[in-house]
Amino acid sequence: MGLLERTQAALAELFPEAASAPGAAGEGGAEAPPREIGILVTDPGKHGSHLDVLCHPAQVVAVAQILDREGYFLEAISGVDWLDKQQFEVVYDYNRLGGEHCRVMVRTALDRTHPVVPTISGVFPAADWHERETFDFYGIHFQDHPNLIRILLPEDADFHPLRKDYMP
Amino acid sequence: MTVPVHLRHDETFVLNLGPQHPATHGVLRVKLTMDGEYVVKAEPVLGYIHRMHEKLAEGGTFAQFMPNTARMDYLHALAFNHGWALVVEKAAGIEVPERAEYIRVITVELNRIASHLLWWAAFLLDLGGFTPLLYAFDDREKIIDLLERITGSRLTYCYMRFSGVYNDIDDEFVAGTRDFIKRLRGRMPRLYHDLVTHNIILIKRIKDIGFVSAEQCRRYGATGPVARGSGIDYDIRKNEPYSVYPEFDFDIPVFPEGDSMARYMVRMHEMEQSMRIIEQALDKLPGGPVMGKAPKVLKPEAGYYYSAVETARGSLGHRLVCNGDKNPYKLKLRSPTFSNLSLFGEVAEGMLLADALAFMGSLDLVIPEIDR
Repeated sequence: MGLLERTQAALAELFPEAASAPGAAGEGGAEAPPREIGILVTDPGKHGSHLDVLCHPAQVVAVAQILDREGYFLEAISGVDWLDKQQFEVVYDYNRLGGEHCRVMVRTALDRTHPVVPTISGVFPAADWHERETFDFYGIHFQDHPNLIRILLPEDADFHPLRKDYMP
Repeated sequence: MTVPVHLRHDETFVLNLGPQHPATHGVLRVKLTMDGEYVVKAEPVLGYIHRMHEKLAEGGTFAQFMPNTARMDYLHALAFNHGWALVVEKAAGIEVPERAEYIRVITVELNRIASHLLWWAAFLLDLGGFTPLLYAFDDREKIIDLLERITGSRLTYCYMRFSGVYNDIDDEFVAGTRDFIKRLRGRMPRLYHDLVTHNIILIKRIKDIGFVSAEQCRRYGATGPVARGSGIDYDIRKNEPYSVYPEFDFDIPVFPEGDSMARYMVRMHEMEQSMRIIEQALDKLPGGPVMGKAPKVLKPEAGYYYSAVETARGSLGHRLVCNGDKNPYKLKLRSPTFSNLSLFGEVAEGMLLADALAFMGSLDLVIPEIDR
């Protein structure tokens, strides 16, 4: 079993209801069917990542723990502001340090008026600074983060500049 | 080894290293809690040169962001050019002529040598050796002159375009590059290794100092020479091949010791490997155009894109989110030193201040790239 299949199988345990959904197999990264949660195999040549995992905010720690067990490292955490959907999205990129290459993109959608997601800095210390940056730019609150303060903007800043409705 | 004699946490003081300190090479501040000469806690404070490139990216078109890329890692700016070009080409499905990819690789690798040379000079300056800087800058100047002829700038290049590069290389550049490689190979054993690498003072300062384990690299997401100095065989050019790198025969130097010396050795060996790549690329350089066809107005289809390149400091990632419009909806820059520096606090704990500074130098920090 290759790394991709192994990772997919390990993550599939988190999504029992989505496992039987059609379209979970690779479609060459074409138009993905709309879905709430679940795993999609994407074309790395087109999208740069092998797996596109959509999960509930409460599941991000469980996903991180599974990927930690499988030997992944955290590349980056990014926020996305979908203003018209009134949602924030947090995108986690995981990859392998050497050996077989497999990039896993994990996404979770948050309510824009109350953006809270659990921290994964307990699993990956790398998340500490990336979560602080996402908090800095979007005002997304990472629950139980040990030190959720601004990192790149001045400590007395009272704005979150990457929000789409931010006006300087 | 740096074993603290006796740390007394009740008798400490706070020492601000930076933001204006020569050893931090820019405006990095480290809040150190000290017990005499020993570091009890080290906390990097970032953001002194933050310019919010990610917001600037959202405000303009894809092409308008190209000049910004060179202003993050000003020592390996062409790799940042390359990374941005690759992710947009991936998203928009743009083909690049082979000759353009070869020229990209040649210039990026030349720039990598220049970056390592400057790191070498600055690192030794931190440790108190001034003379090596003169040798390294002498060699680096040759590269800068070569790149200036082709790209038009000496440091903040804006050389790449979507679908190619804007200026072809000529015979004079090819001859100059071959001369430079011959010259650096000739100077390497005596001026670099005999004078510095085998020098007992350097060995005493950096051998067995600043140990970073492979597991620490994974937990903190450290890449580049930091990871390869801890025995991790990971280089994007090999593990996730992009551009025309698969066509060249080169090695990835890996040293398992995990100390500052190992990171030093990785970079010294990487310069030789970069020279090997450049030589092969010059030998095999195909003809043809250096610019392909790209639409005037780029509108990549909506979706999530990721692309990574290996810069002199590690894995640079672009997480690009498009919504079908003519400007990026979201761009996250995963800069390598941001993650590499995040392990500093854990590793520096219990070190002597002078050793912590040597360790910081061995991480090869470029502050504008951390702060973006």
